[in-house]
Amino acid sequence: MAAAPSTYELVRRTPPLLYRWLGDRIFAVLVTLFGLTVMGLAISLAVVLFWEGSEAIKTFGFWGFLIGTTWDPALTLTFGTFPFLIGTVVTSVAALALSFFPALAVAIFSAEYAPRWLSHIIDALVDLIAAVPSVVVGIWGIFVLAPWLRDHFYLPLYMWAAESRPELLPIIGSPMGYGMTTAVIVLALMIVPFTAALSRDAIRLVPKAQREACWALGATRWEVIRMAVLPYARSGIVAGAILSFGRAIGETMAVAMLIGNKNTLPFDLFGPAATMPSVIINEFREAVENLHLSSLMAIGFYLFLISLIVNLLAAYIQRKMMVAGGRSA
Amino acid sequence: MHNQESTAAGRHAETAPAATDIRMETRKLSVFYGDTAGVNDVSLSMYNKKITALIGPSGCGKTTFLRSLNRMHDLTRGARVTGQALLDGSDIYAPKVDPVTVRRRVGMVFQKPTPFPTMSIYDNVVAGLKLVGIRNRAVLDEVAEKALRGAALWDEVKDRLKAPGGGISGGQQQRLSIARALAVEPEVLLMDEPTSSLDPQSTIRIEELMSELKKQVTIVIVTHNMQQASRISDYTAFFYVGDLVEFNPTAKMFTNPNQKRTEEYITGRFG
Repeated sequence: MAAAPSTYELVRRTPPLLYRWLGDRIFAVLVTLFGLTVMGLAISLAVVLFWEGSEAIKTFGFWGFLIGTTWDPALTLTFGTFPFLIGTVVTSVAALALSFFPALAVAIFSAEYAPRWLSHIIDALVDLIAAVPSVVVGIWGIFVLAPWLRDHFYLPLYMWAAESRPELLPIIGSPMGYGMTTAVIVLALMIVPFTAALSRDAIRLVPKAQREACWALGATRWEVIRMAVLPYARSGIVAGAILSFGRAIGETMAVAMLIGNKNTLPFDLFGPAATMPSVIINEFREAVENLHLSSLMAIGFYLFLISLIVNLLAAYIQRKMMVAGGRSA
Repeated sequence: MHNQESTAAGRHAETAPAATDIRMETRKLSVFYGDTAGVNDVSLSMYNKKITALIGPSGCGKTTFLRSLNRMHDLTRGARVTGQALLDGSDIYAPKVDPVTVRRRVGMVFQKPTPFPTMSIYDNVVAGLKLVGIRNRAVLDEVAEKALRGAALWDEVKDRLKAPGGGISGGQQQRLSIARALAVEPEVLLMDEPTSSLDPQSTIRIEELMSELKKQVTIVIVTHNMQQASRISDYTAFFYVGDLVEFNPTAKMFTNPNQKRTEEYITGRFG
């Protein structure tokens, strides 16, 4: 009787199985396909938006549509998106400015100061807040925040200005509660979790060696954070802020519910305004004229471009600010 | 058996020359992580302006012991230190002693070079001075040059002090870390395997540097490398599973150790 082949022989003699050979190739084809699909989706989205918006862009010009200040879908059918561009930029920048330091403080507290059990709770709450649908935030803003701000903040300030500084009234604007400032505050609340979560992760990635080197120099806790932790984490923190900025630019529902929706410049502090997403969601159902619908699509196209630029900028800044030597130092 | 060894270690004072004064000293110092002791009742003297090497196999507690000398364990959750560590006769673990002050007097250099990568070479060196609030440019310039010369780095970087601290070679980064620790003029310099991540040439430079440095500062160095310990140190302490097995002048330790286990370790029979 011949001896049974040893494992050594078996492993080397057995030819590759067909299903392994085939499986490898099928898997490669599948992942390549899905990978390319994502690229295709992004490109076709841009193409469709441009195509559908081309009538408006042709009529008013590529830059003319962007800087046109009249949005009149009723009488003259003139469309320019400049008021909404301003509204978008101002609300997003203000929301980012308002939320950045509080969010960073949350991140620092959770990553550096809080005991482990508390930082788990904070992290869970931050994630929870990020997951609240924006329409829910919007309805809370309409029924709770906006009236509260009106009664305790806008109206008193307005009354004070009306009495002693009437020249400020045009800057302050209507104190009814639904307008730019309310939208900015809600937007800031909505992006805090994003900045906080991304900054927190960046702070946690700072190597222990960097912190200890700073401690060993006789630094206090705050000095370690200022000197070793934040500089090392800066690229992640800034990238987090820019991604939050991107969210603020695209945020639609809560803003549309709270900003008061006024289509003409000038906007004032408390009074109504509009943003690019808010005008799309408010008007797409009533856009019966081809040029009107095409103009909304064109706004979508520009919004797409702006988001693209913001994302590229985030990636660029992150790479620029990345600490030399990367994560290993 | 351990008891015997500990007792033997406790007698080290008899063998040490009394003429040299003690800069730092531990008395029955233990370090616990949770309930397990990483260092057991270690009493050890570190003499002024001498190099004391801590040797022993991995996990023997030498690094843990070193980190207890500038209260780095305060930063580790669950770590606890008992016993005393005297710096110039006063206990750094006494209540009301601020660990931040201790760390200004007892500097530390780590296994991996740790320059702050976002700071320039210059800013790295003066980081410790800025922490205590020194802003005078002339003072900072002077200290930076002195510390960089002290760390034998000045000639290599004097023309690019504004370059980022992470952009120089590993050996230079380690000397930069040493310069940064020296800038605040510590009384004791703790070095945790400072050459283990460096190439042989950089290692030699740092060893030469240490012999220079001991003219001003007391050095305690953890090393895996027994040749290094015998080359550079004046005293050697051999640790094994958290116990101090033997402490002696380096020459005696490497020629005629008291303990059998020390001999086994330094002749390479285990470790």
